[in-house]
Amino acid sequence: MFDQNELQFEMVQLLDENGNGDEQELASFSDEFLVTLYRWMRKARVIDERLLKMQRQGRIGTYAPFSGQEAAQIGSVMALRKDDWIFPSYREIAACLVHGLPLAQIFQYVRGRVIGKRMPDDLNIFPIQIIIGAQTLHATGCAWATKLKGETQVSVCYFGDGATSEGDFHEALNFAAVYRVPVIFFCQNNHYAISVPVHKQTASRTIAQKALAYGMKGVLVDGNDALAVYKTMKQAVEAARNGEGPMLIEALTYRLGPHTTADDPTKYRNAEEVEQWKRKKDPLHRLRVLLEKRGLWTEAQEEAWVAQVNEEVTAAYEEATANETGSLVDIFDYVYGKPSKLLQEQQQEVARRKQRKEVK
Amino acid sequence: MAEITMIQAINEAMRQEMERDERVIVLGEDVGTNGGVFRATDGLLEQFGDQRVFDTPLAESGIIGTSIGLAVNGFRPIAEIQFLGFVYQAMDQLAAQAARIRFRSAGRFTCPIVVRSPYGGGVRTPELHSDALEALFTHSPGLKVVMPSNAYDAKGLLIAAIRDEDPVLFLEPMKLYRAFRMEVPEEPYEIPLGKARIVKEGEDVTIISWGATVPLVAKLAAEMKAQGVDAEVIDLRCLQPLDIDTIMQSVEKTGRVMIVHEAVKTNGFGAEIAALISERALFSLSAPIVRVTGYDTPYPVPSVEDDWLPNAARIVEGVQTLMRY
Repeated sequence: MFDQNELQFEMVQLLDENGNGDEQELASFSDEFLVTLYRWMRKARVIDERLLKMQRQGRIGTYAPFSGQEAAQIGSVMALRKDDWIFPSYREIAACLVHGLPLAQIFQYVRGRVIGKRMPDDLNIFPIQIIIGAQTLHATGCAWATKLKGETQVSVCYFGDGATSEGDFHEALNFAAVYRVPVIFFCQNNHYAISVPVHKQTASRTIAQKALAYGMKGVLVDGNDALAVYKTMKQAVEAARNGEGPMLIEALTYRLGPHTTADDPTKYRNAEEVEQWKRKKDPLHRLRVLLEKRGLWTEAQEEAWVAQVNEEVTAAYEEATANETGSLVDIFDYVYGKPSKLLQEQQQEVARRKQRKEVK
Repeated sequence: MAEITMIQAINEAMRQEMERDERVIVLGEDVGTNGGVFRATDGLLEQFGDQRVFDTPLAESGIIGTSIGLAVNGFRPIAEIQFLGFVYQAMDQLAAQAARIRFRSAGRFTCPIVVRSPYGGGVRTPELHSDALEALFTHSPGLKVVMPSNAYDAKGLLIAAIRDEDPVLFLEPMKLYRAFRMEVPEEPYEIPLGKARIVKEGEDVTIISWGATVPLVAKLAAEMKAQGVDAEVIDLRCLQPLDIDTIMQSVEKTGRVMIVHEAVKTNGFGAEIAALISERALFSLSAPIVRVTGYDTPYPVPSVEDDWLPNAARIVEGVQTLMRY
C-alpha cells in the first residue's frame, strides 16, 4: 500500500561528484545562471570563512558556520520569487543573503546589535530561529494565511536533521498536509545535530520518507548538487503555488566545520569522513568543473571573484561597525506595542544610568 | 440590556469582532462543529464558515505555532487551548515564540494573537484541567495576561485583547462561566488592558484578587462590612500590564493587604504584588502582607479540592489576622 505514495527513495542528482551529468539535462541551464549560482556559492564560502576568523578574533559572537551547505541553501533560494517567505534557522546565512538580506546587516546580527535582528521591511524573511524546529509551525501558519488570502507566495522552512526529532516538526507537517498549505519543508541533513549522528537521531532510512506518514510528497536530493537542489525546489515551489500543498525535501549534505564556534568536531567525527566530503563532494568543486568545461571558469577569474568578495566583506563590516547604534535603553521598545508602567520605570532607570555612562 | 452569563459574553465578543474584522479567525480543538467544550465558540462555524473557524488537529504547540505564522502574515487568530493544564505542551510557542516575535525582529513583526483558555478549580475536573498557571506567563516578557471575573469584564476585555497588537493570554475561570448572569451591553465595547476594577471601596484592609476568586472575595467583603471590617476589594482583571497605581493608592489608604489567588503560593503572582508593595509602600503598612492561595502541591483530586482552594474560612481568617495588628 505504500507504493500509492510518490515518494522517491532514490536521490535526485544532476551533477555527480566529478561534475558530470546528463548532458541534455545540464544543457537546460544557461551559462549566465550557472555563473551566478557558482559566484553566490563562492561568495558565501568566503563570507563564512571570514566570519569564522572574526569569531576567533573576538569581533563577532558565537557563530554557526555553514560551509559545505552552500549548494543546498543557495540552490533552493534561487528557485524562489522575491516575495516568497523564508524561515531560517541560525545556519541559513547564505540563504538569507541570496534572498536579499544585506551583508552589513548580517554583520550587525552576528555582532549582537539590536538592529541586526530587524529584517528589512520589503523582505519576507522571518527572524532567525534559535529553538530547533519551532519555525516549522510558523512557516505552516504563514503559508496557511497565504492560502486563506488567495495569494501566491510560498513559505519555505529551513531546518536540520535534528529538528525532525522535535514534536513541532511533526505538528507542522501534520497541519500543513491537513490544510494543504503552500509550504516547503527544506531539511538540510548535514549528518550531525551538534555531535549526534543522524542514525542516532532517527531510525528512518531517510528523512524524506517521513513525508509519507503525513500524506505529502517527499523528495531526497543530493544537497551538494546545486543544480539538483534548484530543480527539485523549482518543482516543489510550482506545485505549492498551484495549490498542490506542502512538500518535504531532504537535501543530503555535510557540515564541514563545527556546529558552532563553541564545539570541537574532532571529538565526534573522524578525520577520514570529513576529508571524504571535503575532497570528493564539495558542492563548489563539482559546479566549478562544469563551469570549466563550458569555458566559464579560470583560476584567474576565480581569484578576481574572491578578491571582489573580500573587498565587499570588508566594506560591509566597516559599514556595519561605523553605524553601530543602539543601547540597552532601546530594547524596552520591542517588548510591547506600548510599554507598561513598570517596564517604563525600568527603561527610565537604564536611561539615567546611560546618562551617567554606566551602561551602553 | 440583556442578562447573560460569562460564556455568552465571551461568545458575543468573538462573534462581534469577527463581524467587524474579517482578519479575526478562530482555531483550536473542537471549536468548530462542537462549538467548544464549554460552548464558547458556539455558532461561529455556522455564521462564519470553515475558512474562519478551524477544528484543528489535536496539538497545542501546533495551534499556537501556526497562529504565530497566521498573525505575522495578516490574520488575528483567536486560539483556544482547551484547558490551561494543556498549555505546557505549547510553552515554547507561547512563551518563547509568540511573546518574543516583536523583540526578535526589533519591531518588524508583531504577533496579535489571543490565546483563550479555561482555567481554575472547584468544578471536579480530571487531573491537569484546573490549574492556575498565570504566573508562568507573567514571567514571559512580551505576553499580556488577562483574567476576567464576570461577564461584563469578559466581553470588554476580550474585545480589547482581540484588537491589541501584542499576544494576549486570556484566562477564563471555568467555574464562573455559568455561575451568574449580569447585564452586558449588546454593542461592542473595550475595557482597557491594565486597568483594575475596584469592586468595593473600603477603609480598613485591601484585598487584591483576580479571576475565579473575585466573586467569593466580594461576597465575603460584603459580609465583613456587617461585622465592622470595611474591606476594599480590587479585581486586577489584568496581570500584565499591571495596574500598580490602583494597588498603591489603596494600600496607602488602608495599610493592610491581603492577596487571594488560586495558583500555588510559591512564586505565585501574589509574591510579585507583595514585593512591589514592599518596594514602594513598606512604611504605609500596619501589618505583614497576607496571602491566601492554593498550596504548593499539584492541583489536588476532586474530593479535597474545596479545602485546597482559597475558601471562605481561610479568607476570613486572613482578614482577622491582619486586623489584629
